[in-house]
Amino acid sequence: MKITEEMVDYVSVLSRLKLPAEEKARMTGELERILDYMDVLNALDTAEVEPMSHVFPLKNVLRPDTVEPSFARPTLLQNAPVPDEEAFLVPKTVE
Amino acid sequence: MTWETVIGLETHVELATATKIFCGCTTEFGGDPNTHCCPVCTGMPGTLPVLNEAVLEFAVKAGLALNCAVTRCCRFDRKNYFYPDLPKAYQISQLYLPICHDGAVDIRTAAGAKTIRIHELHMEEDAGKLVHDPWIDQTRADYNRCGVPLIEIVTEPDFRSADEVVAYLEKLRSTLQYLGVSDCKMQEGSLRCDVNLSVRPAGAPALGTRTEMKNLNSFKAIARSIQYEARRQIERLEDGKRVVQETRRWDENKDATFAMRSKENAQDYRYFPEPDIPPLELSEAYLDRLKAQQPEMAEARMARYQADYGLPAYDTQMITAQKALADFFERAVALGAPAKQVSNWIMGEVMGQLSARGLEARDMVFSPAALARLIALVQEGKLNRNTAVKVFEAVFEHDEDVDAYVQKHGLEQVSDAGLVGCVAEEVFAANPKSIEDYKAGKEKAFGFLVGQVMRQLKGQADPAVVRRVLRMKLEQN
Repeated sequence: MKITEEMVDYVSVLSRLKLPAEEKARMTGELERILDYMDVLNALDTAEVEPMSHVFPLKNVLRPDTVEPSFARPTLLQNAPVPDEEAFLVPKTVE
Repeated sequence: MTWETVIGLETHVELATATKIFCGCTTEFGGDPNTHCCPVCTGMPGTLPVLNEAVLEFAVKAGLALNCAVTRCCRFDRKNYFYPDLPKAYQISQLYLPICHDGAVDIRTAAGAKTIRIHELHMEEDAGKLVHDPWIDQTRADYNRCGVPLIEIVTEPDFRSADEVVAYLEKLRSTLQYLGVSDCKMQEGSLRCDVNLSVRPAGAPALGTRTEMKNLNSFKAIARSIQYEARRQIERLEDGKRVVQETRRWDENKDATFAMRSKENAQDYRYFPEPDIPPLELSEAYLDRLKAQQPEMAEARMARYQADYGLPAYDTQMITAQKALADFFERAVALGAPAKQVSNWIMGEVMGQLSARGLEARDMVFSPAALARLIALVQEGKLNRNTAVKVFEAVFEHDEDVDAYVQKHGLEQVSDAGLVGCVAEEVFAANPKSIEDYKAGKEKAFGFLVGQVMRQLKGQADPAVVRRVLRMKLEQN
């Protein structure tokens, strides 16, 4: 499948990524190769195969509605790129 | 030209489970930011969400009560979008095989009875809360609400007016409260509504272009935004302009809807089956068990109260509109209080106190036992109705013991004919004119004398006793 620069722009808007021009060109090629591989898969005849959503033969995996202790806030926030003492901080998103 | 408004609703309801949908964190409302969170609900890599069995149960119960078909083999899907209220960058939801579908809800408005079709009901997780901090020009993300279980109930475009929408939401709220699957507190966001609205010339077969309104968190906001948006669309069309399909935000303060930025309208969720949650297969036995657990709903209780207690339809409608009131009624009646009396107290004094204090019936501490006791005291002639109301107002807030309060304040009704007789003598002595009037056949004078005796006894006398004693004394006089 032919990937155009417009398609890369659209996907980068959806994924909130800012791509410099040279990366855009690289992405165009890489995405094309990934989708070419899909063509390989699509070449298989799957007319007789039932669609499958899950690989493992599992069903009805449930847990009881019992409260377990939450994590200590400092522990959770240590993975945040930018936290304050209470919250994860992110660039302005609210109108 | 006459225009017709066509509305469909998407209602999100937070389920009243103890824990979140995919982890054991509490769903309790509020709490300091990010204190009801764990690696699962903050979307840390390598975590595995596991479905809460109560969420499945509540969703099926809600679907059954809304007359839906249940999807016996169902699964979850991943809805991808990048927004910081969702730390995984996707929401686990249901697109292809929602748990329930094709239901129906009967509503009643001034315009008559009508059936609203339910398109589907599905399970999903709530998102976190973003608050912009202007001081640091950054947005703070609080994930306490992230992962709280929701059901989304989607109707067909069957509504034609704001009245119908409000009637449906009231019915939905009552049904979910009776089921105990949600507390439906709009002010806490546990029932939220998106309104899809279009207009078309009356009688036209095709639907017009619709807009979607979000941010509606009260019945009043919903009704007003519908009226505003229908008028806005009609005015555009009459001006020869067209309606743009877009998401609009209702601004409560400005009483108007505003288009949201077009980027937020870009919807490309790239759904695919959620690999972390194995499929669900619901057995016939499981569904039978849940069906057997369905409680008696408002309509059934209304009919029963009318049949068993002879209450008027209006009273039963008022009492059953809120499950907490209906339960209160039943408990007081079970304690031996006459149903009609209990109903009168609920419709009058109890509802009066609730609205004066801005309280919800389910948050009331005043007990059915206290009301039953008050009614019994009035019936036994130990309290008169007016005093009973005063006692009620005094004990309502903290559910104080009725007998202790009556005793402490010496409110017990005087039915001692001897004491009433003594007071009557004093009143006669002070009002010779009234006695003459009475003898001249003026019944009004009798009422005046009764009033004077009641006043001397601070309103605590049994009026029947006072009348009897006074008649007797006046005849002898």
